Amino acid sequence: MTTEPKDPVADLAPEPAVPSLVDRYFTRWYKADVKGKPCEDHCILQHSNRICVITLAGSHPVLQSGKTIKSISYQISTNCSRLQNKVSGKFKRGAQFLTELAPLCKIYCSDGEEYTISSCVRGRLMEVNENILHKPSILQEKPSTEGYIAVVLPKFEESKSITEGLLTQKEYEEVVVKRLRATTAAS
Amino acid sequence: MFPLTVENKHVAQLLLSTGTCPRCIFRFCGVDFHAPYKLPYKELLRELQKFLEAEEDELVSEVPNPPPKKIRLQEPEDQIDGMDSLSQNGEGKLSVTEDGSSSSKNSNLNVCNVCLGILQDFCEKEFIKKVCQKVEASGFEFTNLVLSVSFPPQLSVREHAAWLLVKQEMGELIFMLFRKQSLSLGRNDIVQLKEAYKWITHPLFSEELGVPIDGKSLFEVSVVFAHPETVEDCHFLRAICPDCFKPAKNKQSVFTRMAVMKALNKIKEEDFCKQFPCPPNSPKAVCTVLEIECAHGAVFVAGRYNKYSRNLPQTPWIIDGERKLESSVEELISDHLLKVFKAESFNFSSSGREDVDVRTLGNGRPFAIELVNPHRVHFTSQEIKELQQKINNSSNKIQVRDLQLVTREAIGHMKEGEEEKTKTYSALIWTNKAIQRKDIEFLDDIKDLNIDQKTPLRVLHRRPLAVRTRIIHSMETRYVDEHHFRLYLKTQAGTYIKEFVHGDFGRTKPNIGSLMDVTADILELDVESVDVDWPPALDD
Repeated sequence: MTTEPKDPVADLAPEPAVPSLVDRYFTRWYKADVKGKPCEDHCILQHSNRICVITLAGSHPVLQSGKTIKSISYQISTNCSRLQNKVSGKFKRGAQFLTELAPLCKIYCSDGEEYTISSCVRGRLMEVNENILHKPSILQEKPSTEGYIAVVLPKFEESKSITEGLLTQKEYEEVVVKRLRATTAAS
Repeated sequence: MFPLTVENKHVAQLLLSTGTCPRCIFRFCGVDFHAPYKLPYKELLRELQKFLEAEEDELVSEVPNPPPKKIRLQEPEDQIDGMDSLSQNGEGKLSVTEDGSSSSKNSNLNVCNVCLGILQDFCEKEFIKKVCQKVEASGFEFTNLVLSVSFPPQLSVREHAAWLLVKQEMGELIFMLFRKQSLSLGRNDIVQLKEAYKWITHPLFSEELGVPIDGKSLFEVSVVFAHPETVEDCHFLRAICPDCFKPAKNKQSVFTRMAVMKALNKIKEEDFCKQFPCPPNSPKAVCTVLEIECAHGAVFVAGRYNKYSRNLPQTPWIIDGERKLESSVEELISDHLLKVFKAESFNFSSSGREDVDVRTLGNGRPFAIELVNPHRVHFTSQEIKELQQKINNSSNKIQVRDLQLVTREAIGHMKEGEEEKTKTYSALIWTNKAIQRKDIEFLDDIKDLNIDQKTPLRVLHRRPLAVRTRIIHSMETRYVDEHHFRLYLKTQAGTYIKEFVHGDFGRTKPNIGSLMDVTADILELDVESVDVDWPPALDD
């Protein structure tokens, strides 16, 4: 799991008097088993201004102990790279448009596994996090802040509806607990 | 002295006979001094008729250097003979005069076919008094005024028709005499209706209200005329010149004065004459007054404010039509100003802004408020001081100082400083790792640190995405406990302080967290000073 201050497991430091940055301004939404792949859970942080930050959920395989990230690539097909995304002006002209299923990047692990991270929300791509290219470990150390994947701006009129198909924090926790029980029962 | 000369006689005759008023006749004869227009209407009409009935010989003496009588008297007759309206007798000049004067006698108090009554009833004292009563009832404080009148656009069409009539019917020769040099009557030689109206009414307004008329006055009285009866006069122009009449969002009608003028400049004279009667027909009624309105130009008040609350936004915070917080800095200040200046609305601006949870201490933040359409504008410095006191007594969330009246131009000083000037802040910082005094001391030694800030996520929805370099000029720390310290910063204006502390998902680099190799968060932020030296500080 993560080493972030808010993480209930790794939390050794005292809580700040106020909720963390993410909790103050963002709502956490989740999508479990993205594209039918077990445990590949994503977490979408939606700011009160509708901006969405796409991150890995704590339960994503990449964040489990023992995993090492070999590389990350924003090249999602031979002629489309998320790194080419450019937005200009107040109205962010020229942004790549993303559907819920649109891939954002691929994460290659040293054990040979590869994972595709999806947008999970419809909207326009504002930026991808280039810091994780140079230092993939940030993704594992701070998955819900500095290790984010991308920033997406939903359409104004869709800012409420884009999260309709997503899980709330509580629903997500239930999914994780259920999954845990199932694996314990099976073993 | 009566302003027309023998050279004007034919034009005057023609116009009067077709239903044009004496003042419009003066305009068409290029009379460009004020006095004749100001004469009472009935007197003018009498004088004009006397002039037209007078013998040629009497008139000739008034003309210096008269051209040979022959040309003047003989040649025009050929032209006049062909005229529908004046040719019943067909016997030359004298009969024309009789004809014209008799028709003008019938129509002498009729509505003018060119100005639709503007230079008739609407120049009378009675009407001016009516407008002035409205002005006085409006409750505005004023020491001078500017008068703006708006005439129906069809007046231009009618004037054009009358001009073509004069030009065509009287023939070019007459104009050669009339103008002595040029071959035709230029449209620019006609005195503008607006000008003539001004000459007549300005002295009357000034006298009635007891203040001078001044084109630069902030107090404006506007009178809008309409003439429903002839509103269709313009419509044929649209078929001929569709380009000139494109619908615009905030216009009720495409037939604006400008559009009509443009079309009249484009249209061929023969096309115009086919579509519109020359002379224009005589209307039944004079113009109606659509509105008489008063307005005062904006005045500006500036000062500095302190904000002592962490639950008070600078401007009303409304999301989806719902108010998030009850009040705002701008309302706490402006509500008082609105009442005292009896203004319609206000526009608040300031040298930067702080977040809802940020306090502004020290000498405060410069602000300026535009008061729109104020009814009261004259205040002594004592009155302004009392107003400031009233604002300060009304709320403990804000305080105001240096309140003063300023000019619109001076507000530029406030905005100029926005990017270049420095600001100082005080921040309470939390770290996830336990810290000791020695862990923060190094920050005190950092000078003029360049940081790269991507547009913060919290404002990215309404600002362009960019990386901006900002300078942290200096920092000073004060240790609080293992997880807290206070950081005093002096930075370039436009630096996002919160993001410099927590890093905004690593999007501001470096940040306090990365410098200290911890996760840092900002718990409290105060603006200690906004280093802009405007508005000038006042005593007390």
